[in-house]
Amino acid sequence: MILPLADTQLVEATWIMIVKSLVIFGVIFAILPLMTVLERKLIGRFQHRYGPNRVGPFGILQPLADVGKLLSKEAFTPANAIPTLFVLGPLLPVLSGVLALAIIPWGDVQGGVGFYGIDVPIGVLYFFAVGSLAFYGVLLGGWASGSKYSLLGAMRGAAQLISYEVSMALALLGAVMMAGSLSLVDIVRAQDEIWFVAPQIVGFLIFMLAGFAETNRAPFDLPEADAELIQGYQTEYGGMRFGSFLLVEYMEILVVSGVAAAIFLGGWMGPGPSFLDPIWMLAKMLALVLFFIWVRATLPRLRYDQLMSLGWKVLLPLATLNVLVTAVLVVVL
Amino acid sequence: MSERFPYLKDQDVVEVQRGPEPGGLGGAYRAFGETLRGLKTTMARLVEGPLTIQYPEEKTPVYPRFRGRHKLHRFEDSGLEKCVGCSLCAAACPADCIRVVAAENIPGERVSAGERYAAVYEINMSRCIFCGYCEIACPFDAITMGHDYEMADYDRENLIFTKEMLLAESLERTPLRSEGE
Repeated sequence: MILPLADTQLVEATWIMIVKSLVIFGVIFAILPLMTVLERKLIGRFQHRYGPNRVGPFGILQPLADVGKLLSKEAFTPANAIPTLFVLGPLLPVLSGVLALAIIPWGDVQGGVGFYGIDVPIGVLYFFAVGSLAFYGVLLGGWASGSKYSLLGAMRGAAQLISYEVSMALALLGAVMMAGSLSLVDIVRAQDEIWFVAPQIVGFLIFMLAGFAETNRAPFDLPEADAELIQGYQTEYGGMRFGSFLLVEYMEILVVSGVAAAIFLGGWMGPGPSFLDPIWMLAKMLALVLFFIWVRATLPRLRYDQLMSLGWKVLLPLATLNVLVTAVLVVVL
Repeated sequence: MSERFPYLKDQDVVEVQRGPEPGGLGGAYRAFGETLRGLKTTMARLVEGPLTIQYPEEKTPVYPRFRGRHKLHRFEDSGLEKCVGCSLCAAACPADCIRVVAAENIPGERVSAGERYAAVYEINMSRCIFCGYCEIACPFDAITMGHDYEMADYDRENLIFTKEMLLAESLERTPLRSEGE
């Protein structure tokens, strides 16, 4: 008996799956370095600067130079560190990021090929399960470094995780109830008439807020607070291990943007012929990425207790209320 | 009040300005509004465009009285040097970076307009503080401060500018600030 990977009544040949995953990897890993340049250039513009513009035309080759530099650095392990866990630290987030990429829907089933990695029937749950794995990287990395700053960063990461994960899940629940499915592909299909961002605006805002925390980005970059914790759990990492933490940060931004675009912004829906669907999805994701960068350039970091009270006293009640109201309306209408 | 704060006797007591209490619905509304205002502020900076001057390609324009690298001057009609080797500039120099050795002008091959001329005129740019006292001390306006500020070099020896270097037409690589800029 073969256990189906995904219960979608769609059987694909193995080679199609392999080609699909290669294409998704190729596109995403081509976008990631460009995102780093885009972010640095935009942050510069937000501050009346140019940002990197020396390496290659418009500074586009800057990430190549950066990676070249990081690769040439020594993979150093501090004497206090626990070597195996220390190495595992940056690996787990990369794994979780790549796994989460698989469920982002780039388009509907066309010509017997689904334009997505896999269509998991528990899509949203999968996203949370895999996304939370990344925090093992933060915790392990911070703890195994044998450094005070790293440990503080890791502890902050753990505290942050528990204070927003619940509201993040509840924020998606409204959209899930309206679509009647956990699968991201089904949720996008359910937005045929109206994008869920309109009826679920509260859920969307809460999800984006929690998304900033999920990706450890300003204004919720407490675990890596460069001012007081000197990058927190990343303090002791150097070379490409540090680079992979950076890579993960951008990958998580893409994943969160992808999930938000799929659940609230109508995913691949857009005018034009159907082969434009992945382009629409990508455009929506990039719009959200720009929003991430814009917010980073604007808001200062929250204090520890402010994040806690925001998560527990504001986001959680709001998200619960949103779920209750949606549930009642879904039943009544 | 005046007994407790005698130093405030003549002043009216000023009410302390307090912001609205944090928290509650009003607080949430204000926080949201302020966040949007912040986003608007940064976006406005983006629209304004960068203010950076891309240094090696673009240079900061200087004011007309900017004190940069020195220049020695000649008379335009006769081509004779204005400097008569009086060493007043060297005497005025607080950093002691000017060295002048004077010599008598020989009739027939005059170098300067006066009786004597500067046989050696050196400025040690690694010591110069660009105060402009030499320019003020000079009775013949023979030395003035130019506008060049790019004088970095790999060797200290190259920073001792000789008379020939100071007399030569400077490259004028420095843009002058236009009126009202």
